[in-house]
Order: sequence, then C-alpha cells, then structure tokens
Amino acid sequence: MWEYTDKVKDHFLNPRNVGKIDDADGVGEVGSLACGDALRLYFKVDKDGKIIDAKFQTFGCASAIASSSALTEMLKGMNLEEAQKISNEDIAQFLGGLPKEKMHCSVMGRDALEKAIDYYRGESEKKQEGNIVCECFGVTDLEIERTVRENNLRTIEDVTDYVKAGGGCGQCHDQIQEIIDSVTGKETPKRKEKVGMTNLQKIKLIEETLEREIRPALKQDGGDIELIDVDGNQVLVKLRGTCAKCAASQVTLKHYVENKLQEFVAPELVVEEVQ
Amino acid sequence: MMHIVYMDNNATTKVDPQVVEEMIPYFMESYGNPSSMHILGGQAGIKLKEARVNVAGLIGAQPEEIIFTSCGTESDNTAIWAALKSNPGKKHIVTTRVEHPAIKNLAEYLAKNGYRVTFVPVDRKGRLDMDFFYESLTDDTAVVSVMWANNESGVIFPIEEIAPVLRDRGIVFHSDAVQAVGKLPVNVEKVEVDMLSLSGHKLHAPKGVGALYVRKRTKFSPFLMGGHQEKGRRGGTENVASIIGLGKAAQLALERHEEVNTRVRALRDRLEKELLERIPNSMVNGDQEMRLPNTTSIAFEYVEGEAILLMMNELGICASSGSACTSGSLEPSHVLRAMGVPFTAAHGSIRFSLSTYNTDQEVEFIIKKLPPVISRLREMSPFWADREGLANAVCSVQ
Ligand SMILES: Cc1ncc(COP(=O)(O)O)c(C=O)c1O
Repeated sequence: MWEYTDKVKDHFLNPRNVGKIDDADGVGEVGSLACGDALRLYFKVDKDGKIIDAKFQTFGCASAIASSSALTEMLKGMNLEEAQKISNEDIAQFLGGLPKEKMHCSVMGRDALEKAIDYYRGESEKKQEGNIVCECFGVTDLEIERTVRENNLRTIEDVTDYVKAGGGCGQCHDQIQEIIDSVTGKETPKRKEKVGMTNLQKIKLIEETLEREIRPALKQDGGDIELIDVDGNQVLVKLRGTCAKCAASQVTLKHYVENKLQEFVAPELVVEEVQ
Repeated sequence: MMHIVYMDNNATTKVDPQVVEEMIPYFMESYGNPSSMHILGGQAGIKLKEARVNVAGLIGAQPEEIIFTSCGTESDNTAIWAALKSNPGKKHIVTTRVEHPAIKNLAEYLAKNGYRVTFVPVDRKGRLDMDFFYESLTDDTAVVSVMWANNESGVIFPIEEIAPVLRDRGIVFHSDAVQAVGKLPVNVEKVEVDMLSLSGHKLHAPKGVGALYVRKRTKFSPFLMGGHQEKGRRGGTENVASIIGLGKAAQLALERHEEVNTRVRALRDRLEKELLERIPNSMVNGDQEMRLPNTTSIAFEYVEGEAILLMMNELGICASSGSACTSGSLEPSHVLRAMGVPFTAAHGSIRFSLSTYNTDQEVEFIIKKLPPVISRLREMSPFWADREGLANAVCSVQ
C-alpha cells in the first residue's frame, strides 16, 4: 500500500473545487483514459489578471485527485505571473510530499496549469511540441528533458516516476538515458549497428513475427492482418475484419504492429497500411 | 474499531485459529530440528509426516509425492527448472499469457536465455485458445505450464482435457494450482499433471510455506541444493511450524469444499448480481461459468481502481484492483490486457475474492456502500459526462 501523507488523504477524501467552470478563461487538459489518469483544469481571472476561481475534473488514483485539488487551492487568489511559477515540486510540497512513484501526478498538475495559461493567452498553437520518445504514454523529448532538469533526475526509473516515460514496453530506455546524459553533460557510447540481414531473411522474420506476436491479438477482436509487401524498410500491410472498420484502432494498431516489428525484426521498419 | 470486510482472499487469507493452535507447540516446546536424533527432533518429525499425509490427501496424491517449499513462487520455479534440466535437449516451453508473475517472469527470462516460449492467448472471457494451444506443441517442447485457475478473473482452465494429450506426447505438464487448491476439488489421481504448485497462505495457512506435487517417476532435480531434507529434493531445514499449519489447513479445506461451492458461491453471486444492477456501466471480467466459486472481477468504467480501493478502505472494505496505480507499474494488469478488456474498464476493475469467513451482512454492506463511491468518483471524472463520445475511441489491441 502507498504511504500517503494525511494531507494527501484529506485532499483525496474531501477534494476541494471539483467541477467545471462553464465560462472559464483558462482550460487545460492532460492525460487520457488509456494512460490511467487525466486532469481537466479550469480557472477564471478578474480584470487585474488575478485568479478568482479554479476547478478541476480528474480521472485517476488518490494522488492524482489530491494533486488536482491542491493545485486549485494554490491557484485561487494568485495572479497569473505567480501561477506560472508553480512547479510540480510545489504541488507535491503543498501535500507534504508524494511517494516517488506518484510524482507524475504532480507533473500532470503542472502540465495542465501550463496548458490552461497558454489557452488563456491564446498561445496554445505556437508551443513547441517536441518528438515523441515514449510511445506507450505519449511523452516527448522536450517534456522529459525539462522534467529531468527541473527535478534533478538521474535515472530512467526517476523519469518513469515523474512523467511515466519508459514505464510501458521499455523500448525508449536508451533514448531516455541519452536525454538524461545530455542534461547532466555525459556522453553515451553510440549503439552498435545490428548485423545486416538479407531481404529474404527480413521478410521471413516479419512473417514470423506477424504470425506469432500480432495475429493472435487481432483475432481476439475478430480482425486479421496480411503482409502485402516489404519495400526497403517499409512494410505494407492490409487489415481485415473488425480492425479494418474501427477508425480509432488505426493509430493504435499501426503503433502496435510497428513496435512489434521493430522489436523483433529491425528498429528502422515503418508500417504502412494499404486499402 | 471499524469492522473489516475482507474480500481479498485471492491475495491472502486469514490464518484459521485451528491452524494457529496446531502450530504453537512447535515454536517453544517441540522446537527441534526434524533431522535431529533426540526427542525434540522426533516430535517435530512425526508431525511433519502427518502434515505431508494431509496435504497429499487434499489433492489425491501419495505423501512421498509432496515436497514442501517456502511459497507458491518457489514451487513454480522448482517445477519449471526441474523439467528443463531433465530434458536438456528440448528448448521450447508453452505457457499462457495470464500466468502469475511466478511463472510469467521466469518464462520471459528463459525466452531471453536460450529457450523459445509460446504464450498462449486467451479470449475476451479469459478462456484459453485451445486451437492455438494444441498447435503450439512440438517435439521440442520440454514443459507446459498452465495455471489451474486464474488469480484475477477466477477463470478455470481445462487442465483435465490437456493432461492426457501431454501425457501421450511425453511432455512434462506443470500446473500452478495456487488459486484452485482449497477452493475446488483438485485431484491428481483423476487429472494427470506431472507437477502441481500450491501455497499455504491462500488456504488459511501462514504465508511463506508451499508445496510442490511431483508425480512418481517424474524426473526431478532440486532447485535449492543443500541438505538431505525432502529426500534431497529441497535443501534447507524445514519450516516446521508452518508446514504443520499447512497440514491442518489442508484438512480443513477438504472439509470446507462443499461450503465454498455452495454458501460462498451464493454470496459471490449475490454480490456480483446486485453490484451490476445498481451500478451502470459495470461488467464482469471473465467467463462466469468456468470460474472459481469465490471470485468476481468487476469493471466499473470511467473510474480508476486505486481511488475506488482507497475509498472502500475508508469504509473498512478490503478488495484489490487490476489498475495500473495499485500494481506499482504504470500499465493495468497483464491478465486484463491479455483478455482485451478496454482501457476504459481495465483501470477501474475491482476483484472481490471471498472465503468461508464472509457473511450475508458483509455482502449487504458492500452492496449498499459501493454504488455511492462509484458515483462520487464518476462525478469527479472528466470522462463520465463525455462517455458517449469515448465509447468507440478505445481499441483493445495492445
Ligand atoms: C496463481 C498464483 N501463483 C503463484 C502465486 C505465488 O504464491 P506465493 O505468494 O506463495 O509465492 C500466487 C499468489 O499470489 C498466485 O495467485
């Protein structure tokens, strides 16, 4: 069982400021159902730029709810310049600390706040997004770099605790290490290139991987996948059955198939769907 | 003090008072080492023998086919390594996608260290894909390990159907029956597995004691090498008191099978039915027919499991969850994911596992107290109001 402080328990069991603000000036949403937690933050600002009300809606564990509640309490009465300076550490401290594995809940609070402020200032569009490093949780290099810097993180495990990156399949661990090293000013030795495969060997390995790793999962959902062609590093596939119809599955599926093929065959493969 | 409603018996059980009573003399009175040639050793030795008879009796085995271990995990590891070591030429292992980590993590380790491992998938109801299973068997298959019943969904696998096929093909068959023993009649005379694991703390004996059944004439080599204990099959001075406790628990379990299958089953069924009726957007994970009589895993959509557990905890209700936040990992349980339970439901899945200690009043209490907890968390969730738009947005492929 997690060891939560009394303050975390209090903000979880009696969360402050739950709900929506219909005419909010700032709205920021982070997380998703798939990831297991999500926060939607609302605030209202008076004419002097002071936050007069803040509310939240959260799907997630006790510390996610407590962090959201804490954040709204902190925000009320602040002006935007002060609000902008709130760090994830401040949220955790307000609660008397969070278990290390739950620090990502405080980071979620900070991210939602940042988005809400951008929204208020009409800057949502021009933010630099970075490149996705962790596919499982959709975390970018910029987010990782920033959190490593701000919280003095040193290991991949730290990064997972704070932003979840690396907590799924683990394929991005090398990349995360590189980011940590670049922040801390260390060099990583370049990874060794894989020994080359002939085209025929590659196709055979792709076929085997589809059969062993991918088809069984699709068949459970009444779908199937067919290998159409391999063109260099491009793998052309066709989807059948329910998978072909489910629009939302496309992204998941492409990632899933691609990840598996990259894991078992070669890291540079890309998957394309043909109709 | 608040009354605790304990419905987490698949995690561990209360030690039965009769078990404790049986154990006590072996701490401070008859505390000898059973190998010793004196009265205190002799007293312990006799009781150990009696425990072996009782544990064997619970599963229809011969006493000399029982090896006492330190836990279910050790039994599982011992079985797999023994099978691999006695079939050095064979490099293939077949198991399932929903095994307990005691098998799963070992199999994943072996897959990276010279073995080929097939993880047989399950369907949406948690049932094994039997065609896939049979097709995966080869002449290179050294061992098959399939759990008797799943700890999360409670789904029971067709061990009885698989056993003769493997016997004919000369493939060693191990079953992790940690969740089945004590809840179901498990009989190795009728169902010809070669090895079978069980664990004390799932059947009202203490934690830290288990047993491995090894059928006569099955090739075996020890996992813990050491002294001559357990006929050289498991080194280490026996955990005398706990083994004696396990023996007593085995005896009690045999007497209580009927009660588990009738009274406890009825409690579970009532709890499940009422919760599904009273809480919208909830459903059972797993096959409701072929299932342990004490277990139900219910998914409450759009809420997160840890939050539910902690709110239930405030009310004195103990259960467990398949959500990511409780497992210490960031992804929901591998069992629910293997079943293709969508994320909307996997994160909010709660497992209730009952025992003979549970009562009608306790079921009544949960039925009354849980629906408001779920509504409260749903009111807080940004997805609850938007659920129509989300229903199709999540694909179970993962
Ligand atoms: C199916 C199954 N196998 C093995 C184990 C491990 O048993 P132990 O805790 O005694 O090592 C458990 C217990 O959680 C289990 O449920």
